[in-house]
Amino acid sequence: MTEAMPASDWLILLGHFLLLSLLSIGGAITVASDMHRVMVDQMGLITDAQFSASIAIAQASPGPNVLFVAVMGYQAAGIAGAVAILTAIMLPSTTLALLAARWGQARRHWLSVRALKAGMAPLVVGLLMATGWILATAIEGWHHLVLTVMAALLVWKTRVHLLLLIAAGAVIGAIGWI
Amino acid sequence: MDGKQVLATENTGDATTPVPESPLQLFLVFTLLALQGFGGVIAVAQRVLVEQRQWLTRDQFIEILALAQVLPGPNVCNVALMTGDRFFGWRGAFAALGGMMALPLVIVLAVAAAYAQYATDAVVAGAFRGMGAVAAGLILGTALKLASALASNPMGARVCWIAGAGMFVSVALLRLPLVWVLLVLGSLACAFAWTRLRAAGAAND
Repeated sequence: MTEAMPASDWLILLGHFLLLSLLSIGGAITVASDMHRVMVDQMGLITDAQFSASIAIAQASPGPNVLFVAVMGYQAAGIAGAVAILTAIMLPSTTLALLAARWGQARRHWLSVRALKAGMAPLVVGLLMATGWILATAIEGWHHLVLTVMAALLVWKTRVHLLLLIAAGAVIGAIGWI
Repeated sequence: MDGKQVLATENTGDATTPVPESPLQLFLVFTLLALQGFGGVIAVAQRVLVEQRQWLTRDQFIEILALAQVLPGPNVCNVALMTGDRFFGWRGAFAALGGMMALPLVIVLAVAAAYAQYATDAVVAGAFRGMGAVAAGLILGTALKLASALASNPMGARVCWIAGAGMFVSVALLRLPLVWVLLVLGSLACAFAWTRLRAAGAAND
């Protein structure tokens, strides 16, 4: 996974992340499924295990979850990869947010803004489901699915701390139960 | 992601709301704020910005959050940008975003480096398999939480269900490129929501 990557591949990858940035309504995790398609399936830059570890590492660390993108970049190409790919995923959405902050504060009741919000809501749910599905199926075997389903139910129905769940997963995995 | 939970609690701010002293202070406050946020920074942001620092009233925070959620990009990063911009323009925006990202980035990369070192170790690999399985569950659980909010969506439950299922099948099972799926399904759904909202608005007038 650490062989040098041709520059053309870098350009394609960074271009793709610039595009995904503009599509990431609801956060970068919603478009993680498409990152998997490109980085794991198409380009083979990281493995399934590295992909799922990236998201687990970011969720177990403090700060915004978008940092999982930096971890994927790091696993593909070290620190430079992390910085490049994180910049690509942040730059377009940051620019848009700054413009919108100045332009859109007072327009949040506009019909078009409300329509965008309402129309995108079910798609964001479907996309998150897809990301969860791809993560769950990225791990070989099926024993771990019990853990996935239990975590999903606990998050859905209770207010148990997320870090506690991640820690429980680490312990269960470390002692070899899955 | 969890706007509604945040809104349910807490008092509104004062008429004499304090303001941050400098971009540097913004940077430091957002750094501390990010370090407290494991798996969800929005709730911490609300507590720090509205209750402790009182830089924003509750209503101002809700306004910023609503806009941050409609826009692409990580919600909490958008909140940082807009909050910083409100006080010191683009310098404030980047100070707040930088504070939110810089130290957490160093930490997460340190963890990633440690993982790369020990990835072949059976215990470590097992631990990360377990964490990955839980991470998948966290995302699915979040999706289920958000799905219950769709009951009040102006498009109606059935259309929401079809749209969400269409998205899931296209991306998770057919593995189609997201940009095309989102362009097609997104424009259909938003156009449909627009006609529904307009009809509802006309009925109210």
